Amino acid sequence: MNIQNIKKEFPIFKNKVQNNDLVYLDSANSSQKPLVVVDRIYDFYTKEFSNVGRSVHYLAVAATNLYENTRISVQKYINAKEKEEIVFTKGATEAINLVASSFGQKYLKEGDEVLISELEHHSNYVPWHYLRKSKGIKIEFAEINKNGEISLEEVEKKITSKTKIIALTHLSNVTGAILPIKQITEFAHSKGIPVLVDGCQSAPHMKLDMQELGCDFYAISCHKMYGPTGLGILYAKKKWLEELPPYQGGGGMIGEVKKSGITYGDLPNKYEAGTMATAQVIAFNESIKFINEIGIKNIENHEEELIRYGEEVLRKNNSVKLIGSPKKRGAVLSFTIDGIHPHDIATILDEDGVAIRAGHHCCQILHDKLDLTASARASIGVYNTKDDFDKLNSSINKCKKIFNSK
Amino acid sequence: MNLKELYQEIILDHGKNPRNLRKTENFNKDAKGHNPLCGDKVHVYLKLNENKKVEDISFEGQGCAISMASASIMTDLVRGKEEKEVKEIVNDFLEMIKEKNQLNNKILHEDEKTKLMCLSGVKNYPMRVKCATLSWHTLTSAINNSQEEINSETD
Ligand SMILES: Cc1ncc(COP(=O)(O)O)c(C=O)c1O
Repeated sequence: MNIQNIKKEFPIFKNKVQNNDLVYLDSANSSQKPLVVVDRIYDFYTKEFSNVGRSVHYLAVAATNLYENTRISVQKYINAKEKEEIVFTKGATEAINLVASSFGQKYLKEGDEVLISELEHHSNYVPWHYLRKSKGIKIEFAEINKNGEISLEEVEKKITSKTKIIALTHLSNVTGAILPIKQITEFAHSKGIPVLVDGCQSAPHMKLDMQELGCDFYAISCHKMYGPTGLGILYAKKKWLEELPPYQGGGGMIGEVKKSGITYGDLPNKYEAGTMATAQVIAFNESIKFINEIGIKNIENHEEELIRYGEEVLRKNNSVKLIGSPKKRGAVLSFTIDGIHPHDIATILDEDGVAIRAGHHCCQILHDKLDLTASARASIGVYNTKDDFDKLNSSINKCKKIFNSK
Repeated sequence: MNLKELYQEIILDHGKNPRNLRKTENFNKDAKGHNPLCGDKVHVYLKLNENKKVEDISFEGQGCAISMASASIMTDLVRGKEEKEVKEIVNDFLEMIKEKNQLNNKILHEDEKTKLMCLSGVKNYPMRVKCATLSWHTLTSAINNSQEEINSETD
């Protein structure tokens, strides 16, 4: 696989950003888009546009087929048993909100426990917090170890007879730790507890197999996967989608509507109320094709080597402190520099065209635990190279110079 | 854009060694500010005497060089001023940092204004304006005795 060629597929790298070549190290936030995805949106709107699932005219039928084709591609990509187990949402955030709301409504009552972890993104905490407010449930936190990981043992320790659902990230967007989801799910199921996985950071970078992971729910963010914004995916085992109440009500999700009552539509329509992000869904099929053409295994290998290189470079830079040292690191490297606030780092790096993220990355619980208000984060995608980390490093040295020069 | 303009020596100095970074004893007004986007926090303490003059002002908090320097310079400049004057300085500063490129108040001396103008570089960095204004909004809130925590996102 020639990475230079892959970079050429992304139009954003052809242009200068404030007179610099773009060094994009913010893919954990959102990835760049290959031309095929952008073109697909344009083509759909200019040549093929119609709403899906409603009308019988030619364009409507064609659009509906395209829309459903993406569902099948996603099903295959994550090895779900059936295409009905794939629900489109507006993002991973909505996917998690859907589960929290529908599962909470039916199965949670006062005193019940939801087990999450200190690594969770706010979107896998706040929706459960709503249930804490409305239903009086409790939220328990599995705690990180010194490497910034969540171990199977820690999860086992925090499970009680009151635990009704476990919701964990697959790959931390701050420490880069990869959680032992398969083992956690096996243990949880032996106690009859379902598992939701926030797969935002794993889905773009590693092979996913729902049969092997065994989890009940899996949330994916398409804009982090070389896909359009405004789109996410909820994978849920069919039995859950059948059992849970719908999330939002409206057109498209109904069976029969009478003054006296309503029945709901078949799966997955029951969970897709209203006009969906049609163009995005259709274009996302190109993102999956793009990944499949390179091969997710090739992507994994390339990124593994790259992140190891990045880690090495930053470790050699004294005054850079890495956050977390997981045994197996995903595509993110968070760090701090003594005496320089992450926001100042990000502003100075930006001047060289190096785009990173600074802040708490929607993980305030974790930053509190680490006694930090913020950190800097470099994260990679398929288009990054070792050169990007060298540039990151020299910009970091520039930061140090500015701040030491009195 | 120009990094040198943003990170002037005065800013770096005040950022590294913030003045008045402590808690005023017997303060009679205070307020907290928070920037939810980056997690920066500030707590401003004021002691006004019976003539409504700022006898002491201090702050506690954590943040980037811009926000620490801004709070540090602010506390230096408003000490000894009357409440009415403080409000005028705050408004003048906020206008300067957002749209105008100058300070119009007749309260501060020229050298004080020059010091404050060092913060004007943030204008070229729209995402960083909030860092510079957080402590100023928090000071206003303290003076007005408003109980609400200043949230720089509402800027
Ligand atoms: C770990 C994690 N979970 C959830 C989200 C939210 O995803 P989305 O933007 O699709 O709602 C993100 C992205 O910011 C994330 O990194």
